[in-house]
Amino acid sequence: MSVTPALDLRGIEKSFGSVTVLHDVAFSAYPGEVTALVGDNGAGKTTLVKCIGGIHAFDAGEYRFEGRPVRIGSPREATRLGIEIVHQDLALCENLDIVQNLFLGRERRRGLTLDETAMEEMARSTLSGLAVRTMGSVRQRIATLSGGQRQTVAIARAVLWDSKVVILDEPAAALGIAQTQQVLEVVRRLADKGLAVVLISHNMNDVFAVSDRIAAMYLGRMVAQVRTSDVTHRQVVELITSGASGELGLRR
Amino acid sequence: MSTDIPEGKETALKLADSDFATDRREHDVKSAVLDYWNRLKAGELGALPALIGLASLFVLFTFLKPDTFLSTGNIANLSTQALPITILAMGLVFVLLVGEIDLSAGVASGLCAALMAKLLVEGGQPWYVAVISAIAAGIIIGTAIGWLVAILRIPSFVVSLAFFLGLQGITLWLIGEGGTVPVRDEVIVALATRNMPIWLGWTLAVACAVGYTATQLLRWQRQHARHLHSKPIELVLIQCGVVAAVLLGATYVLSLDRAASPLIELAGIPWGVPLVGTLLIVCTFILGRTSFGRHIYAVGGNAEAARRAGINVVRIRISVFMIGSGLAAISGILAASRLNSVAVSAGAGNTLLYAVGAAVIGGTSLFGGRGKARDAVFGGLVIATIENGLGLLGTKAYLSFLITGVVLLLAASMDALARRRRSNVGR
Ligand SMILES: Nc1ncnc2c1ncn2[C@@H]1O[C@H](COP(=O)(O)OP(=O)(O)OP(=O)(O)O)[C@@H](O)[C@H]1O
Ligand SMILES: [Mg+2]
Repeated sequence: MSVTPALDLRGIEKSFGSVTVLHDVAFSAYPGEVTALVGDNGAGKTTLVKCIGGIHAFDAGEYRFEGRPVRIGSPREATRLGIEIVHQDLALCENLDIVQNLFLGRERRRGLTLDETAMEEMARSTLSGLAVRTMGSVRQRIATLSGGQRQTVAIARAVLWDSKVVILDEPAAALGIAQTQQVLEVVRRLADKGLAVVLISHNMNDVFAVSDRIAAMYLGRMVAQVRTSDVTHRQVVELITSGASGELGLRR
Repeated sequence: MSTDIPEGKETALKLADSDFATDRREHDVKSAVLDYWNRLKAGELGALPALIGLASLFVLFTFLKPDTFLSTGNIANLSTQALPITILAMGLVFVLLVGEIDLSAGVASGLCAALMAKLLVEGGQPWYVAVISAIAAGIIIGTAIGWLVAILRIPSFVVSLAFFLGLQGITLWLIGEGGTVPVRDEVIVALATRNMPIWLGWTLAVACAVGYTATQLLRWQRQHARHLHSKPIELVLIQCGVVAAVLLGATYVLSLDRAASPLIELAGIPWGVPLVGTLLIVCTFILGRTSFGRHIYAVGGNAEAARRAGINVVRIRISVFMIGSGLAAISGILAASRLNSVAVSAGAGNTLLYAVGAAVIGGTSLFGGRGKARDAVFGGLVIATIENGLGLLGTKAYLSFLITGVVLLLAASMDALARRRRSNVGR
């Protein structure tokens, strides 16, 4: 049972000024599996993800990628390793169109100039795999899209690349029923392709539907990392709300 | 694993197969016009206000000054009047695109021009050394501003206001109180005061029209062949026709003899015009076709998103200030060429406000993320027309200030209103 985790973090500490947001957090995600990261509002999920993605620098801790210790100083370095993140706040440029956002920071080029044709074609095929009935043209500006459509664009941006780890921070928060199912389907498909997928969600049905493992956070601490098949709905809810459930979680 | 997906999965996947097919529809003229109308309603006015403004100003001044305003001499004068404003505004477009402002661009242009004049007159340097030094000085100023803004994160408003004062001090020290430095170098003076041979003007105009049409058609052809999003061919052709007509029409007017006396001949396109044309092409290319340009828009639209996408936001911020001040130097050189001298007050006063006004009237947003290089040209023409027309009418200075102030305010409020409209319609 010695599969190397794609992501393996230990003892992560992070504070903003005098407020400590992550205390001694451990977290692993395995290739070919969906790891659900759960926790109440403000538990520190987004902060942990930002540390993984090189957006925040953490204060202390150990970060291993595919078994190798790495230092990630910027978002670009995380991307280079093959880590893609769908941010909770989406991080799209409203003044740019869908294609431009999908390729932001890694535009296709032919010589000096941008290769718009190739980018538009790739954007189309990725988005058509994500079922967005109402999106219309891929040359629309983000400003003209609905919240759910924006979320779809953000997800498309993360799955467009040949990556190893995909982290989705509440990807379905603004999505309709069909689109949510579609996203869960995509999440599953990514894991089946051998990627390590991390899904942050407050919806227990979704979590139990797609995840192989569950990592529960409580007030900036990682209280349990368990296999989904080993726990019940109730136990996970208890872990989220009180940090402990029977044998699991924080010692009292 | 318990799943409640399968039910939804079927429909979702079915959707996926047929999905973006809808977008492969041919865009015909009707749908394109409708799209454009919807964009206008949503507050994306583009160059429309500038063009309407320019047309109404032409009608107004022709009506008020029927003999002089549309005379070929005045049109040529107007075109050189617009040159420095346009170049300065083009530099500001870059700065405005990332959501910053450079209040020192005007006086930076003055300082660089003063440096050039000093090198020519007192240093005895050839024109190219003087010009390169002036541009280099501009770039250094821009680097300093950019560094303070991008690294220390001092608001650009404050940094450039400090430079606005400081650079005037340096100009004053360089030229001396109340002084002016004459500029007599053949090449420099020729920029704004001499004209190209008629045949060269026509050749360039035709070459530009043909080149523009060819690029537009090639692009359309490429997009169409691969079923990508493209404008209807009719609109592409109309667009090319309009551009060609404007180019050739302007060349025709400027090629007429405009000398006051029949003994001498004065005709042709001023040399500064193709210079602005070149800058326009280069800047349009950088902003629209390179990833550097794309990143400028991204930083202006959402700097944090740009950072997370791996864009070096600091580098982009510094470089737009470098471009802004570099173009300001060129603008200063043209202003010096037009006046044959550089005064202590060069680039001070309302120079900067004219240029900001030009960029905003042309359609560049003060809030960042929206704008094009061509905005500087349209807006520069509007501002120059106002300046020129008021000059012909012999308007008192105080009125000119008032009118220009009102125009700037109008443009800015249009920008703000359009932005509000966009965010109302957007979600
Ligand atoms: N930039 C910051 N500066 C200061 N405090 C921060 C910052 N970002 C997050 N925090 C704090 O860190 C804590 C954890 O926030 P985080 O966004 O990680 O929560 P979360 O688990 O993602 O919650 P949610 O489910 O609401 O998204 C919160 O108490 C928040 O106030
Ligand atoms: Mg969060």
